[in-house]
Amino acid sequence: MHESSSPGTLGSAAISLRGVSRIFDGGVEAVRAMDLDVAAGEFVALIGPSGCGKSTLLRIIAGLDRATCGTVAIAPAAPLAFVFQDAHLLPWRNVLRNVTLPLELAGMEKTRRIERAMTAIEQVGLADAIKRYPAQLSGGMRMRVSLARALVTDPGLLLLDEPFAALDEITRQQLDEQLRELWARRKMTVLFVTHSINEATFLADRAIVFTRRPARIVIDHRLDLPPKRMSVLRAEPTFARQTGILLEALQRGNT
Amino acid sequence: MRRLLNGILPPVIVLIATIIIAEVLIRALGIAEYLLPRPTAVFKVFHEQYPDLLRSLWTTAEAALIGFGCSAVFGLLIALFLSTSRLVQRAFYPYTVFFQTVPVVAIAPLLVIWFDAGLKAVAICAFIVSVFPVIANSLAGLLSTEPALRDMFRLYGAGWWATMWKLKLPSALPNIVTGLRIAAGLAVIGTIVGEFVAGVLDVNPGLGIKVIEAKKYGQTDVVFAAVLTASLLGLLMLAAVNFLGWLLLRRWHASEQG
Repeated sequence: MHESSSPGTLGSAAISLRGVSRIFDGGVEAVRAMDLDVAAGEFVALIGPSGCGKSTLLRIIAGLDRATCGTVAIAPAAPLAFVFQDAHLLPWRNVLRNVTLPLELAGMEKTRRIERAMTAIEQVGLADAIKRYPAQLSGGMRMRVSLARALVTDPGLLLLDEPFAALDEITRQQLDEQLRELWARRKMTVLFVTHSINEATFLADRAIVFTRRPARIVIDHRLDLPPKRMSVLRAEPTFARQTGILLEALQRGNT
Repeated sequence: MRRLLNGILPPVIVLIATIIIAEVLIRALGIAEYLLPRPTAVFKVFHEQYPDLLRSLWTTAEAALIGFGCSAVFGLLIALFLSTSRLVQRAFYPYTVFFQTVPVVAIAPLLVIWFDAGLKAVAICAFIVSVFPVIANSLAGLLSTEPALRDMFRLYGAGWWATMWKLKLPSALPNIVTGLRIAAGLAVIGTIVGEFVAGVLDVNPGLGIKVIEAKKYGQTDVVFAAVLTASLLGLLMLAAVNFLGWLLLRRWHASEQG
C-alpha cells in the first residue's frame, strides 16, 4: 500500500489521515490540513459542493494521487476497490469478462475467477446478462456491473466517487438500497462521495460535510438512524431531521 | 436481403446510368477513340485481354499487399514505440512525417539504385506512401485511453504489458482500423506510381507498366481498362479492411453498430 506508515499511528482504524493537504501544480488548493479517522467496517459518506476537493481526497486515499503534505495510513490488510463516477467498463468485454478483469490482472486462475465473478454478478442481480456488452446495457445496469467488478476482489475498503450521480432517481434509490445491503452482508469499510444529502443520509452511519474548496470538515456527524434501512425510511421525520442537520452544515460551509 | 438490396442497388443504378450516358455522349459528340474511348470499347478490352489484365493485376496486387502489410505491421510498431513516452514522441514523431511529405516519385530512382527495379522497390514505394496514416491514427488511439480506465488498471496493479495488451491496444482499435482503411487505398496508389519508375516490363507487367506501355501505342482503351482494374484492386483491399474492422468492432463500437 502507498505511504504505509507505522501501524502505531493507525490503531484499529482502517484509514487515518493527518494534516493532509493537496495543492495542485497550478496553485489550486483542493484539500487543506485534513485529519480524518475511519474505523474498520464503517460506512462513511463524504458530502460537499461540486469541485470542493472531496474526489481528490478519495483519490489520495486510493493512492491515485499524492498528498502535498501530511500522512495517509491505510490498514494493510484491506484490498482496496474504487468505483468511478461513470461505470467505466471496457466496452470490448462482456459483463462477465469485465467483472473478472481485476482477478485476471491479479493473475488468478481462470475457473476460479469466473466462479468468483459469477457470485459478484449475482449479488448485483445481473446473472442473466453476463454475455451482454456494455453498449447493450442501461446506465443502471452498467453501474451494477461496475459495482460487481469492485466487489469481486472482496475489498476490505470500498471507495465510491459519486457513483450514481448520473442515474435517474428511482434507479439511484434502488442501487443505494442494494449497496447498503451488500455492505451489511460483507464486513467492509465504505467511503462514499456524493453531493446528495438524501443519499448520504440513507446510506451512511456517519456523514462528513465539507466546505467549498479547499475542503475542510464542517461537521462529522453520526447519523441517528436504525442500522437496517428500508426505502420507507426516506419519508420518516427522523430521516428529515438528519438531512436537516447536514443541510444546515452544508450551507454553513458554503458561506 | 432487403437491406442488402437497398445498399447495393443505388450505386449500381448510378454506375449503369453513367456508362450509358458516357456511351451516348461520346458517340454523339464524335470524340476520337484515342482521346476518350467509349465504355463499350473498354469492355471489349476487358473481354479480349482479361488473362493479361489478370496477370498484371496479380503483379500489382502482390506489391500493394506487401507494401500495405509492412505499413500495418511497422506503422503499428512505430506507433507503439512513440506511445511509450512524451520524450520519445517529441524526439521521433517529426521524422515520421517524412513518410507523409517525401515525394515518392523522387525517391523511387534511389530505390532502384539500392534494390534494382522490380517487386522490392515497388513494394517499398507502396509502404512509404501508406505508412504514415497508420502511424498517426494508431498513435492518436494509443494516447487517448480513458484516464479513469488507466487509473483502474493502476489500482489493480496491472503492469506495462497488461495495460498495453488489455487496455491501450483494444481501446485504440477503432483508430487503428481507420488508419488501415486509409492505407489500403494509398498502398495501391503508391504501387502504381512505384511501377512507373521502378517497375519492370516482363511477361507479367504491373498495371502501372501496362498504363505506360498502352499510352505509348495510343491504346487509350487499354489505359482505361488498366486504371479501372487498379481502382478495383483498391476497392477490394478497402473492403477487406472494412470486413476486418467489422469483425473486431461489431460488438462494442458505435461505428460498426447500425
